[in-house]
Amino acid sequence: MSSAPKADPGLFDYWPYDSRPKITWPGGAKVALWIAPNIEFYEYAPPINPHRKPWPRPLPDIQGYGTRDYGNRLGHQRMMRVMDKYGLRGSVSLSTAVLEHHPEVIAMAAERDWEFFSHGIYNTRYTYGLDEAQEREMIEESMTLIKQHTGQHCDGYLAPALSHSNATIDLFAEAGGTYTCDLFHDDQPTPVHTRSGKKLVSVPYSLELNDTIVYVTNKIEPRRYGQMIKDAFDRLYAEGDNSGTVMCVPLHAYQVSHPHRLRAFEEAMEYISGHDGVWKATGREIAQHYLDHHYDDALASMAAVNAEATP
Amino acid sequence: VTLDRQFLEYPMRRHGMDHDRYAWSMLADRPAITWPGGKPLALWINLNLEHFPLNPKGEGFKPHGSMVMPYPDLRHYTLRDYGNRVGVFRVFDALKAAGLQASVAVNAELAHRYPALLRRVQATGFELLGHGWNMDSVHYGGLDEARETQYIADSLAALAPYTDKPIRGWISPARSQSQNTPELLKNAGLQWFGDWVNDELPYPFSTANGPMTSLPLSLELEDRFIVGENLHAEAEYADQIIDACDFLLEEARRTGQGRLLSLNIHPWVMGQPHRIKHLQRVFAHLATHADAIWNAAPSDIIRAST
Repeated sequence: MSSAPKADPGLFDYWPYDSRPKITWPGGAKVALWIAPNIEFYEYAPPINPHRKPWPRPLPDIQGYGTRDYGNRLGHQRMMRVMDKYGLRGSVSLSTAVLEHHPEVIAMAAERDWEFFSHGIYNTRYTYGLDEAQEREMIEESMTLIKQHTGQHCDGYLAPALSHSNATIDLFAEAGGTYTCDLFHDDQPTPVHTRSGKKLVSVPYSLELNDTIVYVTNKIEPRRYGQMIKDAFDRLYAEGDNSGTVMCVPLHAYQVSHPHRLRAFEEAMEYISGHDGVWKATGREIAQHYLDHHYDDALASMAAVNAEATP
Repeated sequence: VTLDRQFLEYPMRRHGMDHDRYAWSMLADRPAITWPGGKPLALWINLNLEHFPLNPKGEGFKPHGSMVMPYPDLRHYTLRDYGNRVGVFRVFDALKAAGLQASVAVNAELAHRYPALLRRVQATGFELLGHGWNMDSVHYGGLDEARETQYIADSLAALAPYTDKPIRGWISPARSQSQNTPELLKNAGLQWFGDWVNDELPYPFSTANGPMTSLPLSLELEDRFIVGENLHAEAEYADQIIDACDFLLEEARRTGQGRLLSLNIHPWVMGQPHRIKHLQRVFAHLATHADAIWNAAPSDIIRAST
């Protein structure tokens, strides 16, 4: 596939929110809630990718590195306590090098029956500049590592550091993946075009509720983040009366688990857990349910709506 | 341009860290620390007294707080100097009113520029920490070793007349270290540094010249970070510190493992007249938990943790 820039990624068709077949979740739930903890490793001395600097300061950037290391040393244990309290299983977006660096963290997640999916090898190794064969090697290696260390088939992909190529989605589908977290165009799952014709589902992975985007990019206060989660839930729950919605809260232990922040997340989970009709799911479960029950109807609906006659 | 093969090779992928500076461990799995008096939470407050030259070279990088306007950037120069003239005395008063102590990390050039300030710092009896030469002398990756050695020696020599105890601790300007900083600090006789943010409790740190202690100092709870970089309201700053205090107290009591709240404060930030009352609210909250909080000098906190 050409790496030449395109005006449209060509991955999905337009599909207006007001004319879709009803999605039904298991148990008649209104919202499928999934929590996606990123378990990541950022390198102390990565090779410097010419397209993106890993750290703002000259190496060793102990502030950037230390900020991430905090999540592995302190954050996961704190976050897991909250997840356990509300019966939430994580769908782990995994820098697969953590399987070797910190198997103790992996064991804690595995004991809880959490899902593991690929987030590349390291979050300091970007897709930028890799040719197609190199990117395929990286994706396949990450999937193989998950299988070897956890016994799980890697069904999902979130490109490392959200760095993509024109081929990323196709390569993951060809490697045997089921769902992508890399697209933020919808609050419901959608079919994704692949050059191979393999079925691939986009499972919504909210960037707006991602703690790193919230705290680092948008510089939002902790209590306001908790309120944002509640507000998003209220809306998606109400819309779930008509058709099932998906709510994802992507987390990073190095952000959400700080002592001034974790309580806000906990209160939001407390609030959501006070509602009936919430399917506490994993990314894999949402993708599989959608493939089994809604994928074909979605394709037909999109085809019909895009064939409407021009007045 | 296709990337070289090295971008798909991972020579440091192994159990533990991808360097040899410290061992991998998770907080909850470590032996419990108990603080003096059986208190669940230790409290380290650090004040930074800083000098930002009007004509920065920005070698390595320019720290937040440095000059940003065309020369002469009088607005930022004077706003920083404000902290040393006015703000620090408001912070000292707030600490005294709450019965709290801090350490004071001082850019050593201030000892030459403002000996009167250093005499007043000395009069507090607070622990004095090295803080580099000034905020335009950062210890960055690639800094020449001989020059860095000189920065450290000059800094400790300039501060020495203002303390009757040997200086044990160090906070690098902008909390940045070169590849050699830990070795050079060890050689200079220092025992610990507060540059890293990867933990909440002190831990052993390896240098080629022998072991040191890394005493983590929270960046996320720093006034300059919350108010100056995130642009949160002053009341939000106070809420976040209070929430952190209450969270750590609860965790320490529940687990029986001592915890540490570290607050890094800049008089040029919180010493402003519209901000000081919010810092006073933080200090008042900490003071109300005096039965559970051990407020101590950082070198004493390290001693109690081992």
